[in-house]
Amino acid sequence: MKVHEYQAKQILQRAGIPIPDGRLATTPDEAESAAKAIGASVAVKAQVHAGGRGKAGGIKVAKSPSDAKAAATAILGMEIKGLRVGKVYVERAADVASELYLGITLDRDRRRPVVMLSTVGGMEIEEVAVASPNKIARGWPSPLLGLLAFEARALVFAAGVAEAQRETVVDIARRLYRVYAETDANLVEINPLFVQKDGSVLAGDAKLDVDDNALFRQAELAKLKEVSPDEEAEERARALGFSFVQLDGDVGIIGNGAGLVMATLDAVRNAGGRAANFLDVGGGAKEAVVKAALEIVLSNPRVRSVMINIFGGITRGDEVAKGILAVIEKHPPSVPLVVRLSGTEAEAGRRLLEGAALESRATMDEAAAEAVRLAQEPARA
Amino acid sequence: MSVLLDRNTRVIVQGMGREGRFHADRMKEYGTKVVGGTKPGAGGTFIDGIPMFDTVASAVEETGANASIVFVPAPAAMDALLEAIDAQIELVIAITEGIPVADMLKVAAVLETAATTLVGPNGPGAITPGQSKIGIMPAENFSPGGVGFVSRSGTLTYEIADLLTRAGLGQSTCIGVGGDPVIGLPTPDAVRLLNEDPATEAIVIVGEIGGSAEERAAEYLRAEGKKPAVAFIAGRSAPPGKRMGHAGAIVSGNQGTAESKVRGFEEAGIPVASAPSDIPRLLKEVLHH
Repeated sequence: MKVHEYQAKQILQRAGIPIPDGRLATTPDEAESAAKAIGASVAVKAQVHAGGRGKAGGIKVAKSPSDAKAAATAILGMEIKGLRVGKVYVERAADVASELYLGITLDRDRRRPVVMLSTVGGMEIEEVAVASPNKIARGWPSPLLGLLAFEARALVFAAGVAEAQRETVVDIARRLYRVYAETDANLVEINPLFVQKDGSVLAGDAKLDVDDNALFRQAELAKLKEVSPDEEAEERARALGFSFVQLDGDVGIIGNGAGLVMATLDAVRNAGGRAANFLDVGGGAKEAVVKAALEIVLSNPRVRSVMINIFGGITRGDEVAKGILAVIEKHPPSVPLVVRLSGTEAEAGRRLLEGAALESRATMDEAAAEAVRLAQEPARA
Repeated sequence: MSVLLDRNTRVIVQGMGREGRFHADRMKEYGTKVVGGTKPGAGGTFIDGIPMFDTVASAVEETGANASIVFVPAPAAMDALLEAIDAQIELVIAITEGIPVADMLKVAAVLETAATTLVGPNGPGAITPGQSKIGIMPAENFSPGGVGFVSRSGTLTYEIADLLTRAGLGQSTCIGVGGDPVIGLPTPDAVRLLNEDPATEAIVIVGEIGGSAEERAAEYLRAEGKKPAVAFIAGRSAPPGKRMGHAGAIVSGNQGTAESKVRGFEEAGIPVASAPSDIPRLLKEVLHH
């Protein structure tokens, strides 16, 4: 779960990391009075869950309150990567001498957090990693001990931070680690971390992405969750215990188990088609589950056929077949259905499906080919 | 021989809720030695004929258990895993889904100096067909034989085990390593176990997009592989930035792509199946070489 820059900055400030004076605004007038209160040049920054705000015109510098109002008028209501901007953050413009990068995330291979520090700030860290990998200093603190002072010092020396800022950056890095641990973050990042002309250090931007699996103990952060229109179906699925991802093809997919559903998407592509979604219903496939899954998949108007791929494990194939039959009898789907059952009692399940208003296939490859063929058929009258 | 578990493995169940009880029964049916369970406060009682203990340490002391299967829900799972590690259980299998990454990082840090092998979390467990299953997989799809099988997923594992069994390719041990970004026994370590196992004649590796475990497994086999192997990668058609169900299955930037994994295996001389149905054929080919 991502939080906005202004929210992440409040969290940094509470942790003792210096941030520029800033105010949130949802109207041009509010932006004007925010700039007045700050009493200096300001940056007006779109608050949306998307990267590349600057390039998209979502960040403007304003020298006066009336400039800030004009900037907010331009930015509020604009769309950045399909997301409408509903609020701007008005922030005192920094007096920038240089920019650093500081970020903490998971290193899967080492099974440790990795702290990254670089004197090449402002760029995406992936770009720095490709262009000049030796410009990024990395450290892997123990999750049991946190980022120790000597580890933070080693990073500051390795990155080549100027002498005047070393102590401050060590302090900020250790505070940022505490934020990482206390918020159950997947990623916390200050990019750029400004060094101002007077030598002071300030967080220019802030990113915080919180582990969804930890929201049960992050009540304050969970309240900050925002669902954008294109995430609504995914949220609805999540509430049902499903895992759903919208894709851009026309073959709807329903299956049980993440790996199996991924393999199903691949089978559809192998057959020359494109999947409309990823939908993992998790364990079992009883009537209510199949019904809810079909509703979610068919709410996408692009879907021209649906492939259901269920491995009957602990749940038997004949029970799954009964669930599917019950659903299509009561709610006949608007597009053709291809069902593939495998595993425990799959043959019994397939016999039950004979004669029903659907296509049944014995293998994943055959079912995918049929679902793709049906999706590509000219629309029926 | 086999790896991790055999007919002598003695298992306790941590988390005797609905799911734990159901699978304890299935494991007993299969012949697994389920010797106890933990349920704080229920020590001295029996559930479904299985003796209950208040703590893992007392269960180990009384039953001589050397393995545990964990069904404890995510919020309390770290505590359950650390309790099992503290009791020096050799093999801990975690079925639990949705454990916070921060908790698994702490568990992984403790494991660095512990005697325990942790399999999972968020996986189906492990099975040595014909001997013992510690997990939630439907046993009918597995059969004894010489194919060692490592997989990051659940139902896809059952599907492929079923295909192998139908093709007459029995399995030595199948290990579901789990779909989370931080797991106890990553794919390369599981592959190493099977590579060193005399009962394993060939290895099947089922990976997914995300992370670099498959690349590292391929590198290991390229240097030290003693037996033929076949791989399959799920998620080859997944777009970047979208998490495909498993928390660990995501392509971010140029990290974790299917292409990089397929290339890794091919460079190690390991054929990569284009679909699960292709695995038995490729396996027979490499076995007859």
